[in-house]
Amino acid sequence: MNPFAAIGRGTFALLAEIGAMSLFALRGTFSWASGPFYAREFFSAALRIGFNSLPVVGLTAIFTGAALALNIYDGSLRFNAETFLPQILSVSIVRELGPGFAALMVAGRSSSGMAAELGAMRVSDQIDAMSTLAVDPFKYLISPRILATTIMMPFIVLVADLIGILGGWMVAVFALDFEGATYIRNIDQFLTAEDVGSGLIKAGVFGFLIAVMGCYHGYKSRGGAQGVGAATRSAVVASAVAILASNYVMTSLFVDF
Amino acid sequence: MTGTPKISIRALRKSFGSKSVLQGLDLDIEEGTSLVIIGGSGTGKSVLLKCVLGLIPPDSGEILIDGVNILKLSSFERARRTREIGMLFQGSALFDSYNVWENVAFRLIHGEGKGRGAAREKAVECLAKVGLAADVGDLQPSELSGGMQKRVALARAIAADPKVLFFDEPTTGLDPITADVINRLIIERVKALGATAISITHDMGSARRIADHIAMIFDGRIIWRGRADEVGASGNPYVDQFVNGRAEGPIKMALRAD
Ligand SMILES: Nc1ncnc2c1ncn2[C@@H]1O[C@H](COP(=O)(O)OP(=O)(O)OP(=O)(O)O)[C@@H](O)[C@H]1O
Ligand SMILES: [Mg+2]
Repeated sequence: MNPFAAIGRGTFALLAEIGAMSLFALRGTFSWASGPFYAREFFSAALRIGFNSLPVVGLTAIFTGAALALNIYDGSLRFNAETFLPQILSVSIVRELGPGFAALMVAGRSSSGMAAELGAMRVSDQIDAMSTLAVDPFKYLISPRILATTIMMPFIVLVADLIGILGGWMVAVFALDFEGATYIRNIDQFLTAEDVGSGLIKAGVFGFLIAVMGCYHGYKSRGGAQGVGAATRSAVVASAVAILASNYVMTSLFVDF
Repeated sequence: MTGTPKISIRALRKSFGSKSVLQGLDLDIEEGTSLVIIGGSGTGKSVLLKCVLGLIPPDSGEILIDGVNILKLSSFERARRTREIGMLFQGSALFDSYNVWENVAFRLIHGEGKGRGAAREKAVECLAKVGLAADVGDLQPSELSGGMQKRVALARAIAADPKVLFFDEPTTGLDPITADVINRLIIERVKALGATAISITHDMGSARRIADHIAMIFDGRIIWRGRADEVGASGNPYVDQFVNGRAEGPIKMALRAD
């Protein structure tokens, strides 16, 4: 087989998939605008995503903050900059690690959850049944999930930021002999609204991508339990890749000012 | 009323990849009559109904409802016209995240914006019409037997008093007595609504009971159509083979998957 033909076909298929996802995302985001807006579905999705993610996001954040404190201390010691630990740690967390880790954890939980749920509905004809009952599945199933995840993600990340900084603080105070109040004061004087804000904007974008990938793969799944399994896997992989790629793009935009 | 048929399908084609399922299918159904479609597994009977419901876009052909080609309409207009069709899906397709009464009332609550109280009353009424007690309404679909699931799906399909009803294999997988109960309910409900009905079945007993007319699908086309009482003496070797359930005949079932 001609390798160029294979690469061409692959590229073409990828572009077609991205196009289909974009149309899906557009329709999913705006379909509620022509009414009705299913508020119950929205709130239940928001609650599921928010509350259920918090324990796992919190655990991830506290260990990340703690490990990061040790690493930054060890590294900065080499050029006697260890007093800047609070500043470096907090900026790393709010700009990069808080949003990144939280999004990857939520991708693992919610993106796969949405793909599995919608996939099961698809292969058992429940989505088709919904259409015949005069309810648009995009308005009822997709829009509430996309909106809820996009809106909830910044709150989740805010919590992750706080817990991550707390994790760093605990290591600094109890293991590295920092003075607790000074540590907090340093962070407070150093961090800007842009630092935190850019992380929260990232969080919103990540939330959007997580929901779109989860819903898209679930909605399009085919072929019984095996198809649902494949949709779940694709959703997690696709949202992780989308998170990391968009993270780079957004970071390069944010550091430009 | 004679004249334009309620639903009229012209030269309908649909392929999935290289596999052509419908290959120029023509079919008319008169208002207020009951048509049964028979045919082997995988011949595209479910796909045909989904095309008419607007759930699968066909490759070419026309689908006329009340003389209007719905494939030419905007998706909004098409949805408005296909909304008057109630559908009983092959696997019941009950929403497993809602209990029974919420399933039956789904359209009333979420499609028509009725209050939950009034919708629940109507749901209980519909459940009674298919022989289910009100307390079944609080069960989850997964707690029901296959026959009860079909009844609930039937109640859900009739809840909005549709003018057209589609039944995709309503009795497949049920014992003969339950199957007969479902057949009776279908006949009774279709009569009560004065509805036009299209049913799919493999079961010739049900077909004879439900149908005014029977049509047989083979190779993506309708190869025979006649009154229900003529199906035993159709003189068509394909229909004869199907009706009598013989492995030998003009229809060669693939023994291996291709
Ligand atoms: N969405 C789809 N994508 C790809 N192929 C499909 C799709 N829907 C149906 N098919 C294929 O089309 C063919 C006809 O399917 P259909 O479900 O209409 O058969 P059927 O006549 O209803 O059979 P049965 O009596 O077993 O229900 C099958 O081979 C099926 O694999
Ligand atoms: Mg079928």
